[in-house]
Amino acid sequence: MQEKVVIKDLYKIFGPEPEEALALLDQGLSKDAIFERTRTTVGVQKADFSIYEGEVFVVMGLSGSGKSTLVRMLNRLIEPTRGEVIVDGTDITKMSKKELIEVRRSTMSMVFQSFALLPHKTVAENAAFGLNVSGASKSEQREQAQRALETVGLAPYADSYPDELSGGMKQRVGLARALATEAPILLMDEAFSALDPLIRTEMQDELVRLQQTEAHTIVFISHDLDEAIRIGDRIAIMEGGAIVQIGTPEEIVTKPANDYVRSFFYGVDVSKVFNAGDIASKGMLAVFERTGVNLHAALAQLRDHRSDVAVIIDRGGQYRGLVTVNSLAAAAASASPAWENAFLKDVEPVAADMELSEVLTRVTASERPLPVLDEDQRYRGVVDKTILLHTLDKTS
Amino acid sequence: MANGMPEFRIPIGDWVADGVDWIQINLTGMLDAISEALELVIDSFEGGLQAVPPLLLAAIIVLVATWRVGWRFGLFSIAAMVLLFGMGIWPETISTLALVIASSLVALMIGIPIGIAMARHDPVEAVVRPVLDFMQTMPPFVYLIPAAIFFGLGKVPGSIATLIFAMPPAVRLTNLGIRQVSEEHVEAGKAFGCTSHQLLFKVQLPLAMPSIMAGINQTIMLALSMVVIASMIGAGGLGNTVLTGIQRLDVGLGFEGGLGVVLLAILLDRITQSFGRVGRGASTSLSARLRNAFDQWKASQADV
Repeated sequence: MQEKVVIKDLYKIFGPEPEEALALLDQGLSKDAIFERTRTTVGVQKADFSIYEGEVFVVMGLSGSGKSTLVRMLNRLIEPTRGEVIVDGTDITKMSKKELIEVRRSTMSMVFQSFALLPHKTVAENAAFGLNVSGASKSEQREQAQRALETVGLAPYADSYPDELSGGMKQRVGLARALATEAPILLMDEAFSALDPLIRTEMQDELVRLQQTEAHTIVFISHDLDEAIRIGDRIAIMEGGAIVQIGTPEEIVTKPANDYVRSFFYGVDVSKVFNAGDIASKGMLAVFERTGVNLHAALAQLRDHRSDVAVIIDRGGQYRGLVTVNSLAAAAASASPAWENAFLKDVEPVAADMELSEVLTRVTASERPLPVLDEDQRYRGVVDKTILLHTLDKTS
Repeated sequence: MANGMPEFRIPIGDWVADGVDWIQINLTGMLDAISEALELVIDSFEGGLQAVPPLLLAAIIVLVATWRVGWRFGLFSIAAMVLLFGMGIWPETISTLALVIASSLVALMIGIPIGIAMARHDPVEAVVRPVLDFMQTMPPFVYLIPAAIFFGLGKVPGSIATLIFAMPPAVRLTNLGIRQVSEEHVEAGKAFGCTSHQLLFKVQLPLAMPSIMAGINQTIMLALSMVVIASMIGAGGLGNTVLTGIQRLDVGLGFEGGLGVVLLAILLDRITQSFGRVGRGASTSLSARLRNAFDQWKASQADV
């Protein structure tokens, strides 16, 4: 994966004497101890990570954990005290004012929690704000804004004013404004936090859908783990200005680095975190490649196996069917010993991206383990009641 | 001394008088230039307003009042016009109006940029704020003395005293309005690549507009009250009518002049306030209403 933004040893100290605080930090003092001693506040400390091209990188933390400061250092709305922010190979922190403005116009745009729309401008004018500022022609402004508004489904409201729109629609305008500049990097600061829950999930889904059609590199600030899991490819968790863990949603949930991280998902619905592919087990059942063995050999092998069910795949790994000792024996004894006759009829495989909540219903209704297939019909493993219970138990 | 106090005196009055003398001797050229520029502005306003036939001007005022504020206020403005004509103080009213407009205009041209500078640079605010406090607490009559010394008697010193007295609210409310623009709006401006100039004109000033308009309204109101006082150094207009009333102990004349000032004040106040709301409310709903009407019309056409 291509690194789009590289953050190296980034610090932000608020207060009159940052040097002193930096020295104390290097000695290993805590944020509180430094505030005691120097009356300076550590905003962000020792941030060191990369954001990959096309991913949704969620920064999570409680208020005051430094997540807003961190994201504002990426476009230097807040000047870093020390460290580097490298975007496409160039260090933002060393740029002149002019170069910085250019980067803000062409490379990074931003979406705000309280929308920050201009009330005296129409929706279309608001969406075109970035282009207007960078001196694009009137027709280009209109065209790009219109396209961005179509993307967020607000084209019919182009001539309305922001105060005529609902909260969700206002944030769509905020999103359109960020999309209209065609900047590859989007910074989203608690972008959906001010919306009511229904609209919020709707916007999250929309963002995920948008990522599938034209992938931006998104840095998304959130304090809501459900949101982070829904939209995030990776999540960074911050505490006291420091990043305590970075990982995929699954990693964060299954292997939390400390109690602070764990505290985030009290009450999180794990059946939404995982999908069938994440928990499918490959070792549980015997797997036969259809072309390699005949029915009788398979039957003999299966009798030795601890399970009486087996999965049949073909050479490409594609799933063909599920057999039991009994169905194999019956097919082998029949007049036409073909694999197809041995397959169990009532087994319906599960797609790997199916949410656990749905898998749960299917598994409970079925007596046998359910095979899990990816989008190319390749066999990924099986889920059964034991695996499900184990997963649900691990995280509660 | 009899009460035992030692002889102690700081001659501030002398210093100020010396300073005034120095300015009068050394800066005559500058004073003359200011005087002539201001005279030109005042004369062109007064000349312009007096060139319009009184009835036409009155009709325009009534129309503007009705359009900006509403039909009730339109009725009030008709009554006000009738009273002003009836009391025979129309020329004085126009003279006062011209002086108020000219003084306010100059006050705003100086005050708003100062307010902007204050909002953008904390040191400027630290310097200007106490000066504004000083200007606002100094009794207005005191401005008349240096104005009269530097510029003699007449409309020019009157308008100078007026614009100095009326300027502080414009400065203060411009500063306040810009500082009250939400942090996220400013961040949004910067995040999309505004230069500081663009940030000011595309984000801060438009969002500060209601506050700035309130400042403009205040400035105009203060200018009106000062113009009356400035009649003591020959500014003329309605203030002169009041002053004559006082000098002759003519209650009737004084009341007529006073009533004229009140009517003018109400008209100016309500009309300038209505522009404070133009920011979006009024224009938005108007354009929205027009659009709705148009859509309905289109729909009805489609039905036919």
